[in-house]
Amino acid sequence: MDDVLWLSRLQFAFTIAFHYIYPPLSIGLGVALVILEGLWLKTRNPLYHQLARFWTKVFALTFAMGVATGIVMEFEFGTNWATYSRYVGDVFGSALAAEGIFAFFLESGFLAVLLFGWDRVGPKTHFFATCMVALGAHFSAIWIVVANSWQQTPAGYHIVGEGLHARAEITDFWAMVFNPSSMDRLIHTLGGAWLAGATLVASVGAYYVLRNRHLPFARASVKLGIALGLGVALLQLATGHHSAQIVAQHQPAKLAAFEGLYDTRTHAPLALLGWVDEKNENFRFNVEIPGLLSWLIHGDVAKPVTGLRDFKPADRPPVNFVFQTYHAMIAVGTGLIALLGLGAFYWWRGTLFDRRWYLWLVVLAVLGPQIANQAGWWSAEVGRQPWIVYGLLRTADGLSAVVRAETVLTSLVLFTLVYALLFALFVYLLNDKIHHGPDDADLTPTGKHALPARQP
Amino acid sequence: MPDLNTIWFILVGVLFTGYAILDGFDLGVGALHLFARSDEERRVFLNAIGPVWDGNEVWLVTGGGALFAAFPRVYATAFSGFYLAFMLLLVALIFRAVAIEFRSKQPMRWWRRMWDVAFAGGSVASAFLIGVTMGNIAWGVPLDARGEFAGTFLGLLRPYPLLLGVTTVALFAMHGAIYLVMKTEGELHDRVRRWINPTIIAFILCYVVFTLATLLYVPHITAAIKQEPWFFGVVVLAVLAIANIPRAVTHGWDFQAFLSSCAAMACLMALFGLGMYPHLLFSHPQPEYSLTIYNAASSQKTLGIMLTIALLGLPIVLAYTVSIYWIFRGKVKLDRMSY
Ligand code: HDD
Ligand code: HEM
Ligand code: HEM
Repeated sequence: MDDVLWLSRLQFAFTIAFHYIYPPLSIGLGVALVILEGLWLKTRNPLYHQLARFWTKVFALTFAMGVATGIVMEFEFGTNWATYSRYVGDVFGSALAAEGIFAFFLESGFLAVLLFGWDRVGPKTHFFATCMVALGAHFSAIWIVVANSWQQTPAGYHIVGEGLHARAEITDFWAMVFNPSSMDRLIHTLGGAWLAGATLVASVGAYYVLRNRHLPFARASVKLGIALGLGVALLQLATGHHSAQIVAQHQPAKLAAFEGLYDTRTHAPLALLGWVDEKNENFRFNVEIPGLLSWLIHGDVAKPVTGLRDFKPADRPPVNFVFQTYHAMIAVGTGLIALLGLGAFYWWRGTLFDRRWYLWLVVLAVLGPQIANQAGWWSAEVGRQPWIVYGLLRTADGLSAVVRAETVLTSLVLFTLVYALLFALFVYLLNDKIHHGPDDADLTPTGKHALPARQP
Repeated sequence: MPDLNTIWFILVGVLFTGYAILDGFDLGVGALHLFARSDEERRVFLNAIGPVWDGNEVWLVTGGGALFAAFPRVYATAFSGFYLAFMLLLVALIFRAVAIEFRSKQPMRWWRRMWDVAFAGGSVASAFLIGVTMGNIAWGVPLDARGEFAGTFLGLLRPYPLLLGVTTVALFAMHGAIYLVMKTEGELHDRVRRWINPTIIAFILCYVVFTLATLLYVPHITAAIKQEPWFFGVVVLAVLAIANIPRAVTHGWDFQAFLSSCAAMACLMALFGLGMYPHLLFSHPQPEYSLTIYNAASSQKTLGIMLTIALLGLPIVLAYTVSIYWIFRGKVKLDRMSY
């Protein structure tokens, strides 16, 4: 059974982490597309038309990858976590069904118009379709994050039956949807996605500036990316901080792992760096700010924060791993604020495009949100262990009873091979698209988008 | 007024029927893809389904979600029980999806060849595995007292399910060919038109054998149909719909042929549902362990909430699905935004 547990966890972690490379890009680029196409309609400046067309093609690529890998996730609950599926079906199924009906249909339906409709429908209809695709992408985030948040902080349910037959049933739909962590985590997750989109736009723009290509296009991209990115990075700090307070309240063992805190104490320090020695329950090489954790969580340094020793070892998550991923996310978050803030300052001084080293940093910045998004989920999900539904069902008890280790190993190997191939192809095509750059033909919009001929 | 469990049985059925009809022609186009001769013809095929295939696949995703929500025990048992078969289905669907997106992104011959094969292979494999799954559900699978799957992977590959797998490929190929007739013009159009009759014949042959096998070996389905003689009306409708296809094609009423094909598929799915009701997973050889719409369902409250969600959502979904098919009606024209 142990092998099945490890392999199933590994497979789920691997497939969802891979899926989660693409949705943030689609969500973020969706917002960028709405902005660009809106600007095009408003100003009738063909540059924006060209931008929108270019990013639409990149969007199509990330979207296809997201779709191809998303179906795997939907199947995996049943294939690998059958007991869990029976347990949560009543609560969780509604969210997944709602996701299909409200989000995926909207997204995939209007995507057709967004991708293929440029010359078929009028500009306003096309803009509407773009908005609907972006909205659909956001909706899918809503339902899936609600479902996941319910696992973190269950609410609005009661337990029916016992032992093997126990399962959660809804008592209050809205309490289930607005469970204690869902809204904070939703905004934080969406913020992560917007940042992914914003830095992608800025990074490609900066690359063109450095290569001296497509300059008007490139400059507009960098500015759009920096403006959007800086705003969202600050939002991440605020929503992340609020999330941490909710975690402290509802999942104290997770928060203690985030901070490597073993003893319950007042004036708890905020750790900046360190290494948790789990065997000796010891926190080493630590750099800390005294009292700050108590203050951030309670607004009062004299209030206590719960430490890991208050939990039986069997109820603790893997501490060092959670600590490191959590701090990686925060490091990237603060790093991005600094980087984009500096960019805003240079922009204001009018020297943004004079500093090549800065532009190179912007090119690299595209990796930041990807790292932070992954690290954030890893810390949230591994920090939830050993529970699959917090406080109610252990991960080890959520498995499929009939699936054997060899079978999971087979599928894991299969996915590893397929995903490695897909990832290589995705990077290759994305790179190709970026090198090819925006089409100059797109500077003269055609069809119903065509500009009125100028009067002499 | 049927109870909520029955309503959800019907709704899940409607979602999977929608999937079969809509993604059916996509998968069928995939199955025929390698018969197209030139690069341009293949691009026409891809662009015929280009704007709609993703939305069509969402019917499967939503059907799966609805099954999870309404009948979690069935979802859990079937998905864990059919583990390897479903993993293969996933790989097939993944390759098909990315092949459509990737194929025309590079001009190299080997590149396009590779994705042509991936697209066709993924489509045929998906259709086949979907058929095999349906076949197993109709035949019944071994379940134990906990309602868990008690069989093996190889046990799923009996002749009866395999036969339904082949039948499904033939059905989808027929459906796809009819769809392509609507979407193509000129010489290609005439050639595709000639593919319809062979696919119909292949489908009918398979289906006759399959029906005989059902009558002989699957008593629970036959019993259900015998109890309600009006079910034969559905059979007659299905036959009429299929018979109408060659007639419509000869007259050049392509759209009518397509509608007939859709109607035939809807009838076949309805028959399947009527034969299964109220079972969702029939336990064979121990029928008392079967999962039904009552012992496998979510609470009445959840079914009620979801019905509200469905009633709010489905009309909107149908409205824009129809408008999108309307916007992209007519023959395929390749342009700069095409695959
Ligand atoms: C609604 C459900 C849901 C959602 C939206 C997510 N997950 Fe999750 N995740 C699970 C439901 C789940 C789960 C099925 O409950 C798992 C499987 C084993 C476990 O303990 O929880 C899980 C485990 C799990 C693990 C392994 C943890 C471990 O076994 O130690 C990782 C790394 C992630 N997830 C990462 C993610 C990422 C990157 C997501 C963002 C896209 C994500 N999860 C969204
Ligand atoms: C375990 C959890 C998840 C499951 C079961 C899941 C399921 C799916 C499925 C089935 C699809 C394909 C839909 C289609 O065919 O159009 C998909 C795509 C998508 N998913 Fe996920 N998903 C999960 C996690 C997430 C998360 C956490 C987010 C966002 C925060 C997300 C956002 C999206 C988006 C935006 C798409 C559209 C494709 C894209 O833009 O990449 N998903 N997902
Ligand atoms: C800069 C300060 C940040 C703080 C204080 C912060 C805080 C947090 C906390 C406490 C969680 C765990 C929530 C839970 O387990 O319920 C979390 C999760 C997460 N973070 Fe951050 N975060 C920050 C920056 C970022 C950035 C910049 C990104 C991405 C670009 C990001 C992406 C995520 C994601 C995707 C999750 C998982 C989803 C969730 O649980 O909300 N975070 N963050």
